[in-house]
Amino acid sequence: MIPELGHVALIIAFCLAVGLALIPMWGSMHRDVTAMNLAPTLAVAVALFAAVAFALLAVSFLQDDFTVAVVAANSNSLLPPIFKFSALWGNHEGSLLLWVLILSGWMTAVALFSRGLPLLMVARVLSVMGMIAVGFLAFSLLTSNPFERLLPNTPLDGNDLNPLLQDPGLIIHPPLLYMGYVGLSVPFAFAIAALLGGRLDASWARWSRPWTNVAWGFLSLGIMLGSWWAYYELGWGGWWFWDPVENASFMPWLMGAALVHSLAVTEKRGVFRSWTVLLAIFAFSLSLLGTFLVRSGVLTSVHAFAADPERGLFILIFLALVVGGSLLLYALRAPAVASRVVYSAVSRESLLMANNLVFTVATVVVLLGTLFPLVMDAFSLGKYSVGPPYFNAVFVPLMALVMPFMTVGPLSRWRDDTAARWLHELLVPGIAIVAIAVSLGFLGKEGFNLWIALAVLLAGWVALGVVKDAWRRLANPGGSLRWRSLTPSFMGMAVAHIGFAGVVLGAVVVTQQNVERDLRMAVGDQQELGGYRFEMVSVGQQAGPNYLADQAVFAVTRDGQPVATLIPEKRRYFASGQIMTEAAIDASIWRDLYIALGEPIGEDAWAVRLQYKPMVRWLWLGALMIGLGALLTVADRRYRTQVQRRDAPVVGVAGVAP
Amino acid sequence: MRLKRFAPLLGFVLLAGLLYKGLSIDPTALPAARVGQPFPSFAQLELTSGREITEQSLSPGPALVNVWATWCYSCRVEHPYLLALAARGVPIFGLNYKDDSVKAREWLLQLGDPYRLNVADEQGLVGLDLGVYGAPETYVIGADGHIKHRHVGILDEGVFDRDFVKWFPDMGVSGSVGAEGGDS
Repeated sequence: MIPELGHVALIIAFCLAVGLALIPMWGSMHRDVTAMNLAPTLAVAVALFAAVAFALLAVSFLQDDFTVAVVAANSNSLLPPIFKFSALWGNHEGSLLLWVLILSGWMTAVALFSRGLPLLMVARVLSVMGMIAVGFLAFSLLTSNPFERLLPNTPLDGNDLNPLLQDPGLIIHPPLLYMGYVGLSVPFAFAIAALLGGRLDASWARWSRPWTNVAWGFLSLGIMLGSWWAYYELGWGGWWFWDPVENASFMPWLMGAALVHSLAVTEKRGVFRSWTVLLAIFAFSLSLLGTFLVRSGVLTSVHAFAADPERGLFILIFLALVVGGSLLLYALRAPAVASRVVYSAVSRESLLMANNLVFTVATVVVLLGTLFPLVMDAFSLGKYSVGPPYFNAVFVPLMALVMPFMTVGPLSRWRDDTAARWLHELLVPGIAIVAIAVSLGFLGKEGFNLWIALAVLLAGWVALGVVKDAWRRLANPGGSLRWRSLTPSFMGMAVAHIGFAGVVLGAVVVTQQNVERDLRMAVGDQQELGGYRFEMVSVGQQAGPNYLADQAVFAVTRDGQPVATLIPEKRRYFASGQIMTEAAIDASIWRDLYIALGEPIGEDAWAVRLQYKPMVRWLWLGALMIGLGALLTVADRRYRTQVQRRDAPVVGVAGVAP
Repeated sequence: MRLKRFAPLLGFVLLAGLLYKGLSIDPTALPAARVGQPFPSFAQLELTSGREITEQSLSPGPALVNVWATWCYSCRVEHPYLLALAARGVPIFGLNYKDDSVKAREWLLQLGDPYRLNVADEQGLVGLDLGVYGAPETYVIGADGHIKHRHVGILDEGVFDRDFVKWFPDMGVSGSVGAEGGDS
C-alpha cells in the first residue's frame, strides 16, 4: 500500500508541476495577477507531494519491503538502518526522486524568499523551474518509477547496497552535490525570466546572485566530499580521476565559477550582460548534460554501471528542449545594443573578463576530453579513452593562468586603473613571495622542486592579494580599524580565494612528494617510509553487522615515539560476496599516513600498500573553504535589503517589460 | 551581427546530434572480426617468470584471456571477480596490455593473481593483432585455440552467467540473486 501511495503522490506532484509550468507563465503573458499569484502556492504544493513520495519510499527501505524493486536491488535486511535510508539514493530511480525533491525544495525557497521581487519576475522564475520539474517528474514516472513492485516473484532478502556506498560520506555526498547541481536551475530560471521580460539589467543580476553563490557553494562542497570519499574508500589513495562522472560535476562547477564572478560585474557595472546570461544557461545545461552522460550509459564509467538507452533518449529530448529552447530565446532576445558602459583595458572589468575566459576555456577543455571518446566512436574512428595525462596537461596551466588575476582583480579599480598603481601596490610583497617560494622549493628531499616553488608562488600571491585587500579596507587614517568594512561578501570572497590557493598548494605538494610502497609484510615486519616506522603488530578477524573483516594492526612510530595505531581491513560482505578494502588513515594537516591491505600471501603475511601523503588535507580543507566562502556571501546586508525594498521603483521597472 | 547570437544554439545542435548518435552506439558492442579465428600468434615474455611464451601457452582451453593494465581503473573494479572465477576453477590467462611490467607485478602482488600466466605486452603488439580497443576486455578461447567470444568492459557475475557460462558448463550458474550491479 505504501509504495502505491508514494506513486500517487508523485503523480500529483507531476500534475501540480504542469500547473506551475503553465498557469503563471500564461498569467505573465496576459498580465493576469491571479494566475501569477498562484506560482508560490503551486511551487510549495509540488514540494509537499514530492516530499511525501520521498518519505514513503524511505519507509519502504526502512521496513525492508523487498516487493519494491529498488529496495530488493539495493538494500538488505542486515544493512544498518542509516544505510537503508541512504540506499534510497544509491541507485538510479531513488537518486532521481532525490533530484526532484531538491528541485522542489529550491522552488519553495525561491517562493519564500522572493516576496520582495516583482510578481512578474517571481511568476516567470517559478514557472521556468516548474517546467524543469515537469521534465524530471515525467522522467521518473515514465522511465524510472521508483515504486515499481516485484510481484509475485518477491525475493526473501535484498541484493544489498554496493559496499562502496556503505559509507557515511556517501550519505551526504549525493544530497550536497544535487543541492549544487539542481541549485544552478535558479540562476538559469532567473536568466530565462529576464530574457522573457527583455530586460537584462543590474537588478536581475542582484536577485540572481545570492542563489548562484549558494548553489555553487553546495556544488563545491559536494565535489569535495566525493573526492574525499574516493580517497579513503576506494583504497588506493587517489583523490581525482578525471572520470566522466567526476567531469560531469566539475563542468557545471567551472561554469559556476565564471558565473559567480560575471554576475558581480553585471550587478555592479551593468556590463557583461550577454556573458552572464549565457553562463547561467550553460552552467545549468552542463548539469543536465552531466545527468545525461551519467544516466544514459553513453560514456562508460566506473560510476555508471547500468546503461539504459531509453532513459538516455528521454534525457536527450529533455536536454534539447531546455538547452535548445533557452539558447534560441537568447538568440532572439539577447541585449540588442552593446552596453554603453565603457571600461579600459586596465581595470577590474578586464581582469574579470579574463577570469570568465579562462574558466570557459577550462570547461570546454574538460568537455572535449569527456566527449572525445564519443566523437571518435560516433564517426567509427575506433574506441578511445582520454586519460588524466590530457586533462593534467591542459588543465593545470589554465589554473596557473587564472591565479595571477585573482590577486590583482580584487585590488584593482572598476572602469579605469593604471598598471603603475598595480605595480606600486604589489611590487614589494610580490618580491617577498618570490623569495619565500624559491626557498620553500628547496625544502624537499631531492633538491630544488620547481613545481612546489611555483605552487607556493601562486598560492602565496593569491593569499597576498586577500591580505592586502583586507588591510586596505581596515586601514583608517584616524588610527582605529574599520572592522565593519569586512562585509560578509568580502569575507566570503577572501575565504574562497584562500581556499582555492590551499587546493592548488595541496594538489601540487601531494602529487610531487607522495611516497608509496607496495610490500609483503608479515607480523613483526617493519618498514620505514617518509620518516615514519610502520610495524605490523598482529592480524585477526572481526565481524561487522553485514560483513566479516580481516584486520591487521600497525603501530606507527617516529624517532621511537608512538604516532598512531592503524587498523586497515579487508571486508567480505555477506549478501553480495564483494570484497572491500578499508584503508586506515592517520590524518593531520601536514601529512596523511595511509595503509591499505592487499591480499593474504601465505602464513600471516599480507600484501600491503603504505603511503605517505604530505598536505593532502589541504585539498579538502581548501575546497571546504571555497564552498563555505560562497555560502557566507549570502549573509551580506545587500541581499537582505532587497527583500524589504518591495515598493514602487523595482516593481515599476519590471512591470513595464514587454 | 545578430547572427552571431545564434552561435551557441548552433553549437548545441551539433552537440545534441552527437549525443543522439552516441545513444545508438552500444559502447560494449564491437566488431568481432576475430571471433571464430585462431588466437593470433605471438612470442612474448611472461610477466612474472620472464620466460618466453607463445599462443601455444594459452592452453588447454576453454579458457579466458583477460586484457588488463594497471592504468585501467575499471580493471581494478573487475579484479576481485576474476579472483573469484579463478578460485572456482575457470582458467584465466592475462594479457597485460601497454603497461609497465614492474607496476603490473606490484599490482598482482598487492591485489592477488588470478592468472595462470600473463603475456607482458608492453608495446601492445599482441593487443593490436587481437583487435583490442582498451582494457578491460575478456575473450573466450576454445579447446581448439580459436576465439569463441569477446566481451568489452568489466566482466562480472551477470555478464559471465549470461554470455560466458556456456563455454564453461561444469562451472554452473552461481547462486547469486541475479545482481544487476549498483549504480551510484
